Amino acid sequence: MSRFKEKKGSTPAISTASLPDIIFMLLFFFMVTTVMREVDLKVKVVLPEANEVAKLEDKALVDYLYIGPPADKARGTEPLLQLNDDFATLSEIDAFVVAGNERRDEVLRGKITRSLKVDKDTYMKFVTDVKQELRKSNALKINYSTSRGR
Amino acid sequence: MLKKRAKSGPGEINAGSMADIAFLLLIFFLVTTTMDTDVGILRLLPPVVETPPDPDVINKRNVYEVLVNDADQLLVEGEPMDIKELRAGAKEFMTNPANLENLPAKTKVSAAFCREQLNLNKGWMAAATDTSKARFEDGVKKWEGKLKAIELLGEYSELPNDALISLQTGSKTSYNMYVQVQNELESGIRELRDELSKEKFGRKFTELDEKVDEDQDRIKAIRLVYPQRISEAEPVDLTKKN
Repeated sequence: MSRFKEKKGSTPAISTASLPDIIFMLLFFFMVTTVMREVDLKVKVVLPEANEVAKLEDKALVDYLYIGPPADKARGTEPLLQLNDDFATLSEIDAFVVAGNERRDEVLRGKITRSLKVDKDTYMKFVTDVKQELRKSNALKINYSTSRGR
Repeated sequence: MLKKRAKSGPGEINAGSMADIAFLLLIFFLVTTTMDTDVGILRLLPPVVETPPDPDVINKRNVYEVLVNDADQLLVEGEPMDIKELRAGAKEFMTNPANLENLPAKTKVSAAFCREQLNLNKGWMAAATDTSKARFEDGVKKWEGKLKAIELLGEYSELPNDALISLQTGSKTSYNMYVQVQNELESGIRELRDELSKEKFGRKFTELDEKVDEDQDRIKAIRLVYPQRISEAEPVDLTKKN
């Protein structure tokens, strides 16, 4: 009888006291390695692939322009431009650039990169128009965002 | 009774739910953050100029013209080309190994000439007034850079100043094709730089570290020999051109 009892008690419940610590460690890992999602995408963007790519080092000095067909089918299938959280027209690019400049310190203004996240099926006409607007606003440093491929 | 409770303290708080709270936080962060680092092809747009350069004045042999039509087909230097050959084409343009008439004429840069120019510029700078001083300062920097490059690489052949790869697209060219072409051109230049770096320094160009002073000079020198000049020029109506 006593032997039987002992056997039953030989595997005590595993202590879960360190479980929170493990989870916290995971949490901190994710907090450090990731960044907050800045915008809700209203356009569908499938990036083209390229292999000669450079990393954009300082995320604080990057502004994004999204171009692609709207996610909401009711708006049609023609590519649209999205700035910040909403759709925009070409004429709003200048204000977007100015706002981006004013948000940063004066000495850093020349270092801001405008990253173009363009859907790969977009016609160049639209992209060229956007580029011309950026040139007019004197935002010359741009990045064609791609996914790393091949 | 009351006294007894105070003596034994408030008892231990149950930490069993701690893991759940931490899980909740973890899931929140997983959902609201992104891990992908943004990669892409970096380019510098040219500033807006009032009067674009006259196309007749441009020396045709110094421009590598790449046109992409609405059907995503390539026309390079007036000849149809497959995108797979573009890389080799760009490399040939940059090096001109056979000294062809229709490719840029390279000039040899000699140390003696650099020193002479450097001294000239220094002399001008010393004599110059404040307003024009900046120009000569740039000249001094330019020739100092070339001297440094010669020191590191030996005397090299230099591309003419107006040599560039001009990329023009039709209005219905797909963005994907545009990026592929940019990618191939970039590849060509990168391969040339890698080859040169491997030959002179035993390491690829892409492996040189910008943060190390020694490598920084090397990077600058190689960039002088193979400059990356892919023009993001004024959009041109291709239908009118042909």
